[in-house]
Amino acid sequence: MATVATPITQEYAGGTIARAQVGLWRDGFRRLRRNRLALAALIYLTVLLAVAILAIFWTPYNPATILPDTLTYLGPSGAHPLGTDDLGRDLLSRMMQGAQISLIVGVGTSAIVLGVGVVVGLIAGYFRGWIDNVISVFINIFYGIPGILIAIILYLVLGRGLGNIMIAISATAWMDMARLVRGQAFSIREREYIEAARASGARSGKILFGHILPNALGPIIVQATFVIPIAILTEAFLSYLGLGIPSPLASWGSIASEGYQALPLEPYMMLWPAVALSVTLLAFNFLGDGLRDAFDPRQRR
Amino acid sequence: MTDPILDVRNLSTHFFTDDGEVKAVRGVSFNVARGETVGIVGESGCGKSVTAMSVLGLVQRPGKVVNGEIMFKGRDLLKLTKEELRNIRGRDIAMIFQDPLSSMNPVLRVGYQIEEAMHAHNKIADAQIDARTIDLLKQVRVSDPERRVHDFPHQFSGGMRQRAMIAMGLSNKPDLLIADEPTTALDVTVQAQILELLRDLNEQTGAAIVLITHNLGVVAGLCKRVIVMYAGEIVEEGTVEQIFESPQHPYTWSLLRSVPRIDASRRERLLSIEGLPPDLIELPVGCKFNPRCPFRIERCFVDAPPTEEVAPMQRAACWVTMKTAYAEMGAADIKDTSPGAASGVHPRGRQALPEAEVTATVAESVGD
Repeated sequence: MATVATPITQEYAGGTIARAQVGLWRDGFRRLRRNRLALAALIYLTVLLAVAILAIFWTPYNPATILPDTLTYLGPSGAHPLGTDDLGRDLLSRMMQGAQISLIVGVGTSAIVLGVGVVVGLIAGYFRGWIDNVISVFINIFYGIPGILIAIILYLVLGRGLGNIMIAISATAWMDMARLVRGQAFSIREREYIEAARASGARSGKILFGHILPNALGPIIVQATFVIPIAILTEAFLSYLGLGIPSPLASWGSIASEGYQALPLEPYMMLWPAVALSVTLLAFNFLGDGLRDAFDPRQRR
Repeated sequence: MTDPILDVRNLSTHFFTDDGEVKAVRGVSFNVARGETVGIVGESGCGKSVTAMSVLGLVQRPGKVVNGEIMFKGRDLLKLTKEELRNIRGRDIAMIFQDPLSSMNPVLRVGYQIEEAMHAHNKIADAQIDARTIDLLKQVRVSDPERRVHDFPHQFSGGMRQRAMIAMGLSNKPDLLIADEPTTALDVTVQAQILELLRDLNEQTGAAIVLITHNLGVVAGLCKRVIVMYAGEIVEEGTVEQIFESPQHPYTWSLLRSVPRIDASRRERLLSIEGLPPDLIELPVGCKFNPRCPFRIERCFVDAPPTEEVAPMQRAACWVTMKTAYAEMGAADIKDTSPGAASGVHPRGRQALPEAEVTATVAESVGD
């Protein structure tokens, strides 16, 4: 028996059945590329990002400068492709700056949410017991209060500024992330490979961040993607209410707010930020959906 | 016998569930010598895995080790702090699990997972870890290990995954390897290869192996000594020859008669064990096997039999023992293995006992 078994072993374990190496990420990206909507969204967002980066170095005019000898509420023209606003500032320049602000707020908020939500969620889901109870009760209490209300109050308390806007929006947005991660950790901790890791003497920190987190990464990325449009929308909403970023800076929300007053006179000023916001939010949502499909383990092919 | 590396004394592990206290392991004592191969056999749910998990301190809520000592290299594992215990896990005692697919993290590369076990303990120098990972894979006969370390678990076949798991277990040169049903999820030819591998590794590395299985054939192929568990207790213990050739506990005997054997004489029929293992919340009074035992006597319903030496190296917990069953009950020619069939003791006979006496014994057996 022994003499028979050995050669079989060599051949069987020899890796003749190995297939081309396909990593998780490459696999996910491959599937994302097949999703046309998500791909279109990704292309749009890349362009938007390029515009926002460009705005750091160059805009047609200074977005904050009231241009001399320029009419207010100007429609699109050669000199001002998107027209001018109520004070005679170049709308294209202001829209470019708005893109910058929107992306900073969106991505920045998402990063804060990611950091806080993932850590809190992992701890609650992995350790369970009293620590989970405390976190869950806390989250459930705040679930009953509209997030926008908390964001407004917190923003007024913290004072105006780009960083404070992100903190104010994150104050409630991390809870969804924490819930999601907690649920993931809850189920992943029962998997046998976690038990195996524990049996091999791995520390809790290693199990949390080395084993549970990588397995929950798919849904986490998707959730983080969905946080971006929510943050952008909230910022725009706050700015629209006049509570947003400080005045000379342009945000899509504040442009829309200023344009609203001139709607009968000049519809463009309201139109540009509305379109930009809608398309951007849609793009992030399509991308999020695409990512969700791409990382869905049931669809692995 | 040489100085045991693992000495489990009177171990009891219970699970405190909403339905009651599940007494999964009760008063289990056994030892494993350095470099020895010991098999623990029994039906599903008889406490084999819980015993192993108790040794590693991995029993999860609502389970709890309620009593006993687990002496490993002279230290009681139950008295160690979490950190001390973590240091022993994977370093001095390694475990291999049943299903090699679900025991490997699907998103991490195989090589990384093997290395991780070494990084968790500082037994192997960091500079040697990469080389040792490849050596280990060679040792467990995974060919082309230089390339294979970069693979993900799903790119490995079932047998190769189990090899990788064994490599992981061996990475820190443990003194004791606990293999919980290591071949159950594999097909038969691969099973034979894995057992062969474990046997070779036992000889090469000198690591003691505790093999947990419900498959008697697996035990016969690898182990020198066998422990038979039933309903959370050890009912019999002996060398592999003793257990297979002259089992003394009716449960061991029934278990052997229920497995087809190529060397069985023609008149031996394949028999099944009637009934199911007892409910671990409400255990039968007396011997836990009495509801299913063909050879039971009145006493089996009253007192739990102590574990006694029946031959050198062989111990069994039975009032009757197969020696008597063969001599007085005609066990050799038995065709009917229903409970009490050979001894003629049926549950009705028990009604002779006064009610009070039964209650008293209940209280007693719960107390132990």
